[in-house]
Amino acid sequence: MQTAAQIPHDVSYLDYKGKYKGIFAWIFSTDHKRIALLYMFSMMTLFLVGVALGLAMKLELIAPGRTIMGPQSYNAVFTVHGVIMIFMIVIPGLPAVFGNFMLPIMIGAKDVAFPKLNLLSWYIYVLGALLVIASVLFGNGIPDTGWTFYAPYSFKTGTNLLPAIFGAFVLGFSSILTGLNFIVTIHRMRAPGMTWFKMPLFPWSLYGTAWIQLLATPVVGITLVLVSLERIFGIGVFDPTLGGDPVLYQHLFWIYSHPAVYVMILPAMGAISEIIPTFSQKHIFGYKAIIASTLAIAFVGYFVWGHHMFTSGMSGTAQYTFSILTFIVAIPSAIKVFNWISTMHKGSINPDIPFLWAVTFIFVFMIGGFSGLVLGALATNVYVHDTAFVVAHFHFIVFGGVGFAFFGAIHYWYPKMFGRMYDKAWAKMGWAFFTVGFLTLYSPMFYLGMMGMPRRYYDYLPEFHAANILSSLGSWVMAFGLVIVIINLFRSAKNGPIAPMDPWHGKTLEWTVPSPPPVENFDEIPVYGEKDGPYNY
Amino acid sequence: MEKEKHHIVPYKVYFYILIALITLTFMSIGITKINLGGYSVLGALVFSTIKSVLVLTWFMHLKFDQPFLRFMVGFVALLFFAIIFITFLDYYYR
Repeated sequence: MQTAAQIPHDVSYLDYKGKYKGIFAWIFSTDHKRIALLYMFSMMTLFLVGVALGLAMKLELIAPGRTIMGPQSYNAVFTVHGVIMIFMIVIPGLPAVFGNFMLPIMIGAKDVAFPKLNLLSWYIYVLGALLVIASVLFGNGIPDTGWTFYAPYSFKTGTNLLPAIFGAFVLGFSSILTGLNFIVTIHRMRAPGMTWFKMPLFPWSLYGTAWIQLLATPVVGITLVLVSLERIFGIGVFDPTLGGDPVLYQHLFWIYSHPAVYVMILPAMGAISEIIPTFSQKHIFGYKAIIASTLAIAFVGYFVWGHHMFTSGMSGTAQYTFSILTFIVAIPSAIKVFNWISTMHKGSINPDIPFLWAVTFIFVFMIGGFSGLVLGALATNVYVHDTAFVVAHFHFIVFGGVGFAFFGAIHYWYPKMFGRMYDKAWAKMGWAFFTVGFLTLYSPMFYLGMMGMPRRYYDYLPEFHAANILSSLGSWVMAFGLVIVIINLFRSAKNGPIAPMDPWHGKTLEWTVPSPPPVENFDEIPVYGEKDGPYNY
Repeated sequence: MEKEKHHIVPYKVYFYILIALITLTFMSIGITKINLGGYSVLGALVFSTIKSVLVLTWFMHLKFDQPFLRFMVGFVALLFFAIIFITFLDYYYR
């Protein structure tokens, strides 16, 4: 085994030749940066599958009646699309890729607290993904319940649901272990002098996220085990014919899955909080307010799950309690938006690619947020529940939020991760197509939902045709933008011009190490002085 | 860690806690024989809570740990109770 003293400090993590060669040098590596890239390539592969399924759905909806698939196939496609995108992409997304890569560097550490556990988390992630894929390839038909696996249908359907449920259960362990690793890393491995209130905002967001991963994920794990037991043995927890309560399933599922929305969005907000001050060349406005809002979102986010269940037959008392609590969670989100805008105010703005993704994030996230008020209010929720309006809101928050932040983050940290710069003209073109396509794809769904088009139907009434055509065209434009972005990033990783150490003039610690960083990040662990801080512009 | 104080818990303390845990388990079963309506769940939760506190305090050595860790565990317990409370706003008022 190579000791720390033998690891050269002038060799980048990409060029380092360790004990293993070829692909084994990657899949057996405990370096947090290599693990981050393992996650990124696995997710990118699955993401492309999810996108292809999404495009197939939009193609089906380009005209009323059967276009390219029947109702059963449509049910299967939206289920697998949801399971892949939620459990394998957006939940692990930013923490697994940028959290793994950047967290230790940003806090001045050589690695995460438990490097082997970190690699195990990736193995578990791959195992979970393979189980879900197995549910598609083998057995009695592709799962058709939707990604929520709602009871009682989840134990009544004849499709191959158990591997998919077990896959989601296994994926949860990956999330829990990553969360645990990050909490210990942040508590124990910050650079000397880096007090809590000198820590950058991205690690802060990962800290809030990690607590949700650690505490909420076991709930969905147990719930999925109960569904499996219900399906195999008929234990009667959720089955009303055996005295069970299917609404209990919804409670348990959303006790995890609503906080999971904040697992997705908090790191996205953290990445935006890094990009905005760097490209405004200005100290972040309201640093402590952003931290407080991060923790407030993480905490209050636990108590709002019932707004997914307003039409489930829940008691009136619970309904208005959840409605009020939902409005409360909007406040810390609004604080963040206010602080980002205020940071830009009178800043020396450099409208480069990461900044364009970041401001577009704010724009689409606000549309998603405001439409969330419609869904948080009881009276309006009942009107648009389970319509295309919900699909639009959800994608503006989850894809608009996480997707735009992810692409912002990759364009921001790319020169650090790969030591090369991408082609900016192509990057701008990709961003433009993606943004126009995104808005064209999802905006008509708000209208369709308000007009009464239900979601998860492969067919619709003729009056919904025009808006559906527009939406389907938008999906092609967005996919074209996505292709440009991905090809540009892939090409540049090998052929792009060499990137300097600090191309954006950032102030956080990752910009003080070479691009790409050496194996153990720092020759010497940095020491934070009295006047040092992450945003001292 | 150098700062950490060593502590030895006498065997008889563990034995008393074991007896308490077994007794409380039987009481959790016993309460289901009494018709308390919707409050049966509450009763079972109270017994489970006492058992958890006993395990956390002595078996998991929280009693001898740093106050910060006790605060963290307490905070998580509070979160758990808040979630249970809100869930039962549905069940008791449905």
